[in-house]
Amino acid sequence: MSARDFQVIPRLGPEGEALDGEQLEISMGPQHPSTHGVFRMDLLLDGERVTRLKPVFGYLHRNHEKIGESTTYLGSMPYTDRLDYFCSLTNNWAYALTVEKLAGIQVPERAEYLRVITAELTRLQNHLSLAGFLLQDMGASGTPLMYAFREREKILDLFESLTGARMMCNYMRFGGCRCDLPAGWLEQARAVVGEFPRFLDEFQALLDENEILMSRTQGVGVLSAALAVNAGVTGPMLRASGVNYDIRKVDRYGIYDRFEFRVPLGDHGDVYDRYLVRVLEMRESLKILEPALRDLPAGPVLDPKTKLRGFRPKPGEAYGRIESPKGELGFFLISDGSPNPYRYRVRPPSFINLTILEDLCLGRQVADVVVILGSVDIVLGEVDR
Amino acid sequence: MESLEQIKHRIEGAVAGARVEIITNPGPAGQHSLLLDHAHALRVATFLREGSGLRLDYASNVTGVDWPETVLKEKRKVKQTIEGVEREIEETIERTRPGFLEVVYHLYSMELKQGPVVLRLRTGDRAASARVPSLTPVWRGAEFQEREIYDLYGVIFEGHPDLRRILMWEGFEDYPMRKDYAAPVENAAVSIA
Amino acid sequence: MMIPGQGILKGLAETARNFAGSYVGRRRLVTVPYPEERLAPKEAARNFPFLVYDGDDWEKGLRCVACQICEKECPPKCITIIKDTVRKPDHLGKLQFQPKRFDIDISVCMSCQICVEVCPFDAIKMDTEFELSATDRFEQLLFRKPQLAKPNHYFQRIHPVESAEVDARLGAEKAKAEAKAEVLPKAKP
Repeated sequence: MSARDFQVIPRLGPEGEALDGEQLEISMGPQHPSTHGVFRMDLLLDGERVTRLKPVFGYLHRNHEKIGESTTYLGSMPYTDRLDYFCSLTNNWAYALTVEKLAGIQVPERAEYLRVITAELTRLQNHLSLAGFLLQDMGASGTPLMYAFREREKILDLFESLTGARMMCNYMRFGGCRCDLPAGWLEQARAVVGEFPRFLDEFQALLDENEILMSRTQGVGVLSAALAVNAGVTGPMLRASGVNYDIRKVDRYGIYDRFEFRVPLGDHGDVYDRYLVRVLEMRESLKILEPALRDLPAGPVLDPKTKLRGFRPKPGEAYGRIESPKGELGFFLISDGSPNPYRYRVRPPSFINLTILEDLCLGRQVADVVVILGSVDIVLGEVDR
Repeated sequence: MESLEQIKHRIEGAVAGARVEIITNPGPAGQHSLLLDHAHALRVATFLREGSGLRLDYASNVTGVDWPETVLKEKRKVKQTIEGVEREIEETIERTRPGFLEVVYHLYSMELKQGPVVLRLRTGDRAASARVPSLTPVWRGAEFQEREIYDLYGVIFEGHPDLRRILMWEGFEDYPMRKDYAAPVENAAVSIA
Repeated sequence: MMIPGQGILKGLAETARNFAGSYVGRRRLVTVPYPEERLAPKEAARNFPFLVYDGDDWEKGLRCVACQICEKECPPKCITIIKDTVRKPDHLGKLQFQPKRFDIDISVCMSCQICVEVCPFDAIKMDTEFELSATDRFEQLLFRKPQLAKPNHYFQRIHPVESAEVDARLGAEKAKAEAKAEVLPKAKP
């Protein structure tokens, strides 16, 4: 599909004379309430229909990868919090996993359970934010957003009690987690997880059958499975197009093979499917959280002999990946035996999911562009690094 | 999944003239890679995606790496006759390895749920010959990532549909991720005495 | 039979339930009127670092011995330490170095807490003070040693669990040092 397919068609005026106009070029962003950060799209419009869309980003580029080359391995851990700033704990885990792969470090069992618990709580609060913001972009003026955030606050309170910070957690270390659970955390977490299904029922009652939501999202931004696989799309966006690929099931990193959970798949690949897949994934995350909170074993969370300072992995390279709430988050590290990595690379899911943004939006109206962008679930911290 | 030696063998059998080299990766992770030559890279990539049965339909990660010119020191034991006695001494041989830029592809199969297979492409040098063939026609997921490597390392991808800067602004000169990049002085931090 | 708009009506029922429910219980009314009322702080919460001193004299009791480990490990390099040539005794009576200057630039600090983790002397800990607005971006956001030094009883107030563990460990060290001093024969006069 190219811009020529949507060429301006001379329309006829009241006396039968031909009317023609020019295509309008609009820059949507970088300051825009619905672009999820400093993201810009150069649109070429024929009336309301999009004939070309070029995403432009780099406004939040903080050369994280270059900083990684001049910081120690431990020093880069707080910077990974700030990649996808909604999901700092999964970013930490992906980085810790890669370094453990690079250096061949084992993780104690209690730490593995804590990693799974915090990762699934992160997935819950990320999908909540997404559902809230998607509805906000559609003009729902904050009601679903605030309902979602009301539950998200409970999860952020859990993170603050555990790690000290709501969003920039800096919790994982190479070989486990930084600190153990404080007193009363487990009961509080069980209470939050216990109330969650009732909240999800209310949330779905509010939104799932809403006619406005359905008419704005069904059939909009359809992504075919073949294009999704070829374009490297991962995460809920891929699964909404019907491709069964969840890295928790494929790689079985950590202790995910001990939990029974299903992978929701979509039939149509439109925005409604992406929204619904995320809501169903929240329900599946609860199925992982309940047994994990129940069966948490005793033990250390970090090997007491772990060196925080002077950590020098052997020369070599490793690529480690996890299923973050946005997609496949991978880290590629090359070590040359010194305390700093030689090459530190982040494989950002939001960045690569944007490859097909133009394909999804061609021929649709500008209002649909906002909705489609909302369903891709980008966070500019990750897109630009 | 088959071993890297088997994959190399099959590639050399299927794509005539392809030269594939296995680069071993020291360290516990054990992810070894295949170095491809420029002329046949596109055909090898298409073979890996379609003809090989590995069904590597998903290019997960495309990374650029800068290897500047270095002096490699190699210690060697040499027999030498000194004052009539044959002795073995160690001598250090220095070899200059010219600089090059490298592009590393991590490939997975979504259909068969296997992987990764790691491919590498190396440029001739870090200046005029910093070009490699683009694998975007085979895996569209590499499109933005190759643009990023062009932007930050200066590697030109021949055959890329839309090669322009992606993270830095239009008109920016120089390649920030290279090891010899010097940031402009006016960006230096100001310290308060 | 599908009533047109029934999805919207279902949603409106939810909204009505939340609106009415917020008058009845805390479950649906989750905010507090800050700053008149505040939520209880959490034990582990952290904002920016501060230096701990024992006793009442902040200069004599400062635990920091200017080993500069936190300065080296800090990822954004926001700590500046200049070692003093004059030494002072620590809580065990041993002569230690001290910092002549200890500055933290809180406009650079990202509250990652790595300085606290690597400090071998329990000298730097995380504060919870967040109402730190300033009118100047440079001088007022550079915290110097007098501003950073806070007493141990403040540390016990903001982090009761962590300070109990630190006090127990330092107390045990001191007891061990005193026991060793008793066993050793006294020097001849």
